[in-house]
Amino acid sequence: MVALDVLLNGVVLGGLYALVAIGLNFQYGIARIMNLSYGEGLMLAAFSTFWLYTIYQFSPLLSVLVVIPVAFVASWLIFLIFMQPMVKRALNRDMLERDSILVTFGLLFVVQGGALWGWGSQPRGYLYLSESVGFSDVTFVLNRLLALALACLMGVGAWLFLRYTRIGTAMRAVSVDPVAAQLVAIDVRRYSGLAFAIGGAMVAASGALISMFWSVSPYTGIEFTLKALIVVILGGVGHMMGALVAGVVLGVAENVTAYLLDPGLTLAVNFGLFLIILLVRPTGIFGRR
Amino acid sequence: MTPQRLAWPLAIAALLAVLAVLPSFAAPYTVSLMLSVLAYVIMATAWSIFSGSTRYVSLASAAFFGIGAYAFAYYGEDLSLPIIALIGAAAGFVVAVVVGLATLRLSGIYFVVFTFGLSELIRQLMIWYEINQTRTMVRHIYVDVWAEDLYYHLLVLVVVTFGIGYLIQRSKLGLALRAIGEDEAVANHTGVNTTFTKVLVFGVSAALISATGALLTPRWTYVDPNIAFNPLLSFLVLIMALLGGGGRLYGPALGAVPMVLLFEVLSATFPHQFNIVLGACFVIIVFFLPAGVVGGIESLVARLRAWRAAGGPS
Repeated sequence: MVALDVLLNGVVLGGLYALVAIGLNFQYGIARIMNLSYGEGLMLAAFSTFWLYTIYQFSPLLSVLVVIPVAFVASWLIFLIFMQPMVKRALNRDMLERDSILVTFGLLFVVQGGALWGWGSQPRGYLYLSESVGFSDVTFVLNRLLALALACLMGVGAWLFLRYTRIGTAMRAVSVDPVAAQLVAIDVRRYSGLAFAIGGAMVAASGALISMFWSVSPYTGIEFTLKALIVVILGGVGHMMGALVAGVVLGVAENVTAYLLDPGLTLAVNFGLFLIILLVRPTGIFGRR
Repeated sequence: MTPQRLAWPLAIAALLAVLAVLPSFAAPYTVSLMLSVLAYVIMATAWSIFSGSTRYVSLASAAFFGIGAYAFAYYGEDLSLPIIALIGAAAGFVVAVVVGLATLRLSGIYFVVFTFGLSELIRQLMIWYEINQTRTMVRHIYVDVWAEDLYYHLLVLVVVTFGIGYLIQRSKLGLALRAIGEDEAVANHTGVNTTFTKVLVFGVSAALISATGALLTPRWTYVDPNIAFNPLLSFLVLIMALLGGGGRLYGPALGAVPMVLLFEVLSATFPHQFNIVLGACFVIIVFFLPAGVVGGIESLVARLRAWRAAGGPS
C-alpha cells in the first residue's frame, strides 16, 4: 500500500505546516504585521535544539519547553522595539503592511547572516526517536508522529484559547476590526503585541519539533516563511481551521509530487497551489468573500 | 530657452561625457567597479519605476536578473550581446506579466508573497531542469568579452532606463501609476485601468533588470542556478532604491552609487558579517529615512523655506 503510505505521511507533514501557519495567523491575522522574518524563529529554535541535543544530550522534547518562553519574550521585545513605532506612524493598513514587510525583510537578512556566520551553510540534523512504527500496512517514523501529536495539541489549544477565553475573544475582535475593537475598550496595541508574541512562540515550538526529522540550515527560515505564507493565504487570513486544512492539503500535495515526480519540485507544488487559489478563490478556502 | 531650462540637459550631457571617456584612462579595477555601479543604478531605477510609484513592493529582482543571466549562459556563444540582452528582457517581461496577471488583480499582499518566493521557485525549477533534462548543472562561460565593452553596453542601458522612466513619468501611464500609489480604489473609479497599468509597468521594470543580468554575466566564469538566482540581489536593489527614495527618477541612482561602494568595502573587510551589517543598514533606512535621501533633503528644504517665510530667526 504505497499510495496510502505516501498519503498519510503527507498528512503528518501537513499537520506541521499547519502549526507553523497558525503562528503566522496570530501575527498577520491578529497583530496585522506581515512578518517576512517569521521562519527565522523556526530556524533559530531548530538550531538551538540541535546544539542542545548534540552537545549536552538535552532531549528535544524538553527543548520545546525551553524555546517557547524564550521566543515569547523575544518576539514581544521585537514587537515593542521594531513594530510598535511603525504601527504608530502608519496612517492605514496598507502603509503598515508595506513598512512591516520592509523592516522584517531586513531582520531576515540580519538573522540569516548571523546564523551563516556562526554555523556555516551546511544542513545539520540528528537522530532522535527515528524508529519506524507500523500500523498494519502503513509505516510512520516515530518522531514525526510525536511531532504531529504535539502540533495538534498546540493547534487545538490555540483554537480553544481564541474561542473560549476573554483574551482570545478580545484578540478575535482585534482581528476583525481594530478600530471598532477600541470602541469596546480593548487595548489593541497590547493585544497585538501579545498575539505577535504567541505567534513567535508557536513558530519556535514547531522549529524544535521539526528539527527532530528535518536537517536545518540558515536557509530553512525563508523556506518555512514562504510555506507558512502560502498556507495562511490558502486557508484564509485569520482562520485557524483554514490553516489546518490548507496545511494538510499542502503536505499531501508535496508528498505525492515527491513520490510521483521528483522531490526537487516541492516549491513548484507550493506555488502551483498558490496560483490555483489566486485564480479560483483569492480569499482562501475559509475566507469571507 | 532660459538658462534654468538648459541646466538639466547640460548637466546630463556633461555627466554622460565623463562616463563615456572614463574607461580610457581609469584603472581596470575602477572599470570593474563601475560595471557594478551602472548595473545597480539600472536595477534600482527599474525597481523604482514600478514599486516606487505604485507602492507595490517587489522582492523578485533576483529572479529577473537570473533569467537574464541564463539568457547569456544559453546564447552567449552564438549571438551578439545586445541581442542576448533583448532576449533576456523579453523573457523577463513574459514572466513578469504572468506573475502580474495572477497577483496584481488582487491586493498587494499576494504580489509580495509571490515575488518573495519567485527567485527560489525559478532556481528550483532550473536545477531540476538542468539535472534531469540537459544534465549540465554548471554552465561555463568561454566567451571573452572586454570589461570596457560591457561598460558601454551597460551605459547605453542606463540611458535607455532613464529614458523609459522619463517617458513613463511624463505620460498618462505615469499619472495612472501615481494615482494607484495614492489610492487605488479612487484611481479605479476615475477610469484608470489599474490592472493593465500595473502589469505593463511591472513587465517593463522586470525586462530592464533581466537585460542587466544578461549584460553582467560575461564577467563570471560560470553560471549555476544558485549564483544566478541569489536572493541577496533582491535585497540589495531594494535597499538602494529605498535609500535614494522613489519620488524622483534620479533618487534610486543616488542610493545605488554609495551603496555599491559600501558593499565593496564591506565585502572586503567583513565578508562574513556582510548580511548582518546590510540588514541593519536597511532597518535604519526604513525607520529614519522613510522617503529616502532625496525625500529627506526635499522635506528639509521645504521646512527651511517655511521657516524663512515665517520670518526666519525672530
